[in-house]
Amino acid sequence: MEKTFTFDRPDPCNAFIKICKDISYGDGPLSGIPVAIKDNISTAGIETTCGSKILKGYIPPYDAHVVTLLRSAGAAIVGKTNMDEFGMGTTTESSIFGPTKNPVDPTRAPGGSSGGSAAAVASGLVSMALGTDTGGSVRCPASFCGIVGLKPTYGRVSRYGLIAYANSMEQIGPMAANVRDCALLYSVIAGYDPRDGTSIDQPAPCPVTPVIAGKKIGVPAEYFGEGVDPAVAETVTEAIEKLADLGAEIVPCTMPSMKYALAAYYVTSMSEASSNLGRYDGVRYGTPPEMVYPWHEAYSAIRRSGLGEEVRRRILLGSFALSAGYQGKYYAKAQAARQMVRDDFARLFAEVDILAGPTMPTVAFRLGEAADPLSMYLADILTVPANLAGIPAISVPCGKAHNLPVGLQLMGRHFAEDEILSAALAFEEGSL
Amino acid sequence: MTVIIGLEIHCQLNTATKLFCGCSTDYRDDGPNTHVCPICLGLPGSLPVTNRQAVIYALRVAKALHCEIPEVSEFARKNYFYPDLAKAYQITQYDKPLALGGYIDIEGEDGREKRVELTRIHMEEDPGRLVHMGSGDRGRYTLVDYNRSGIPLIEIVTEPQLSSPKEARRFLNKLRATLEYLGIYDSEREGSLRVDANISIKGYERVEVKNITSYKGVEKALTFEITRQKGMIRRNARIVRETRHYQEARGVTTSARSKEFEHDYRYFPEPDLALMRVSSWVDEIDLPELPDARRDRFMNQYGISLNHARTLTGDLRLAEFFEEIVGDHPDTAAPWTADILLGELNYRDMPISTVPVQEYRQLLDDVRSGRITDTSAVEILRLILNQVLEGSKPETPQEIIARLGLAKETGESFRDIVATVLAENDAAVADHREGKKGAINFLVGQAMKATRGRADPKEIREIIDDLLRE
Repeated sequence: MEKTFTFDRPDPCNAFIKICKDISYGDGPLSGIPVAIKDNISTAGIETTCGSKILKGYIPPYDAHVVTLLRSAGAAIVGKTNMDEFGMGTTTESSIFGPTKNPVDPTRAPGGSSGGSAAAVASGLVSMALGTDTGGSVRCPASFCGIVGLKPTYGRVSRYGLIAYANSMEQIGPMAANVRDCALLYSVIAGYDPRDGTSIDQPAPCPVTPVIAGKKIGVPAEYFGEGVDPAVAETVTEAIEKLADLGAEIVPCTMPSMKYALAAYYVTSMSEASSNLGRYDGVRYGTPPEMVYPWHEAYSAIRRSGLGEEVRRRILLGSFALSAGYQGKYYAKAQAARQMVRDDFARLFAEVDILAGPTMPTVAFRLGEAADPLSMYLADILTVPANLAGIPAISVPCGKAHNLPVGLQLMGRHFAEDEILSAALAFEEGSL
Repeated sequence: MTVIIGLEIHCQLNTATKLFCGCSTDYRDDGPNTHVCPICLGLPGSLPVTNRQAVIYALRVAKALHCEIPEVSEFARKNYFYPDLAKAYQITQYDKPLALGGYIDIEGEDGREKRVELTRIHMEEDPGRLVHMGSGDRGRYTLVDYNRSGIPLIEIVTEPQLSSPKEARRFLNKLRATLEYLGIYDSEREGSLRVDANISIKGYERVEVKNITSYKGVEKALTFEITRQKGMIRRNARIVRETRHYQEARGVTTSARSKEFEHDYRYFPEPDLALMRVSSWVDEIDLPELPDARRDRFMNQYGISLNHARTLTGDLRLAEFFEEIVGDHPDTAAPWTADILLGELNYRDMPISTVPVQEYRQLLDDVRSGRITDTSAVEILRLILNQVLEGSKPETPQEIIARLGLAKETGESFRDIVATVLAENDAAVADHREGKKGAINFLVGQAMKATRGRADPKEIREIIDDLLRE
């Protein structure tokens, strides 16, 4: 039965790029539940921009696989959320639609790049939202806004219709105010899709139960190392002690490959981005170029004016890393380092069930604080390893530091989303 | 000066759907941008899924050409900007191609069998197509048609082992025949085979000639380029390593100096597709009879010459046509089909599929039974082919024989015609009486002309001798 949902609430945090006022929805596990979708996920008939000028006016003729799944589950898709342009950021400030504010403290950034989705959930506009996580873009804003965000195993959720930033690392992930809602949204979007050549046909996730007793939880020393705010470290350490109180066995460990992870992540993601974003030339969709002769002058002009500074920076760096004579030094080395990260996780997961640490080394940044790109890149150090290895990772609120939310990150084995969701649920319920 | 040629051949596979999406490949009769979807248009968020049939087709070629199939192969992205390239990268294969090595045996320059080795075969997607419109500097613009975008291609790369344009042509003929026999390629689809060639004179830099879009253009392009390079060497000019474009209409190659063509393709593994592990699929592929095997069978089964067998099996449809009409008389069917019919078809640029089988078979019967002379038979064949070409229903040989009075007649009925010819050619008669060689052939020729080929030249000769004796 088709019903209509009317969404007419104010959006003071600028969480949304586009709000759909009257939404029809059907029956299903999400029937009538308002869900927000990050603006890099294709929605048939609804403008999809990735927060970029170059895609203004682009209305996809097809739905991403996850959107199809949401619609058939009865969800009311209420709009498209703000994001760093093409997902390239940690603050949701680089969007052409202006920055999103953190609902916890409007002078702060919500984190990024799925900051719009996080703000929409944290401000109570929706109970759940989809984000995407290439190097932490679900977990970072979840941590900064005090909500739950899951990055699934690579291949678990179809990327069909997700506008690519770095294909080999990104996943669409659920974001919600609590673990149960996050698990519910996850159960709807997870599953094999033959239209995604990297989708993996693995059994559907088990129901989530608040169980953690007897689990071995590894705590890598590197997750509390240099650059991690001591106040954040303290909050997370207390959270890990709570896990021990709930019956988990805490195992200190080390992850030596962490020192390569950030470089491996940025070289890989920029390389892939430089290729993925080549198609934005104004010929087929989005902002059309001026008619200039020769054609490559028109291409240069539209790309110069249509893509933001950070996006252009990453395209240039990625093109350099892939170019003849440098590929061996950069892209190839990054792949070798990536393998070391995978190997480290494989070694650790032979001994423990879950790895725990902070999601972010700090609390939410002040708006406008992140002027220097390199210090922004450094903020991703704790989230990128999971993307490099393709393992699932969740951020669950674990208290405050400097009176701002802090996220506990739990990482699991490939396809063990049920395990980290269960642990997160046990933590959430145990800390009530 | 030794010529060294290596070829890169792009061949469209005739799968029903494109390489990475479900769009139909049968676009040639349809309007622009009618066989497209989010994937082959490269819309944001779309993802490729490899067409299993295309991989099987490519493996069929690899097996037929004796290639090695590595356990793992991989698609890669070749990045460059061009308006026909929807994603700004082409999905192709780079350092892990589908197949390595292999070879094709051809008839070499010296007439003996020559083995041409292959470097590799890889799979890739075709880009779209540009259509240039308007005229003058101001009115010019270009339209893009993405119907071709995503059509599966294989690229076959040879070692630099060909030594002349003729060998290159023979190589391509053999390759084309093999691809057709494998049922993975349709030579009648426009642009379905495209060739790039690397050409050098031993001891000098090599030049790449791109854009040879018809396989008939290859011999011309190579001949032009070799002549150009040899001329430069004779003039002591330096041959530079460069890419040149073949201009089909003018039959020349021109330097591609524009910055547009200087690329760093920034190859890297395609992250949207998993590694391919298909080496085990090869065992399940059953190959059909291939051109060499069929050539040998024709020689054994029909007792025809190597040259005829090679010609008749050099094209799948021709070989099938021959087996349909040969009956119990390969001794007439082989020379008639390989020498006469094929010549007449080439002259008219007609494919073998247009020849009316019943009529052709009847014509050969009439030749064999002595009902008509060879000369009349050729005339009848030409009439029939012309009628087909005009689009009208061809007459039967009987109808033509009756209409034109071409039935072979006995010599006596030509006695009056021969007498007239002799009377009109006093000089030649006199020459003949004086024993000048050649005069008699002239007289026979004239008489044959006058009988419009209905007579047997041997009989005409006898009548001439007879009349002159009187």
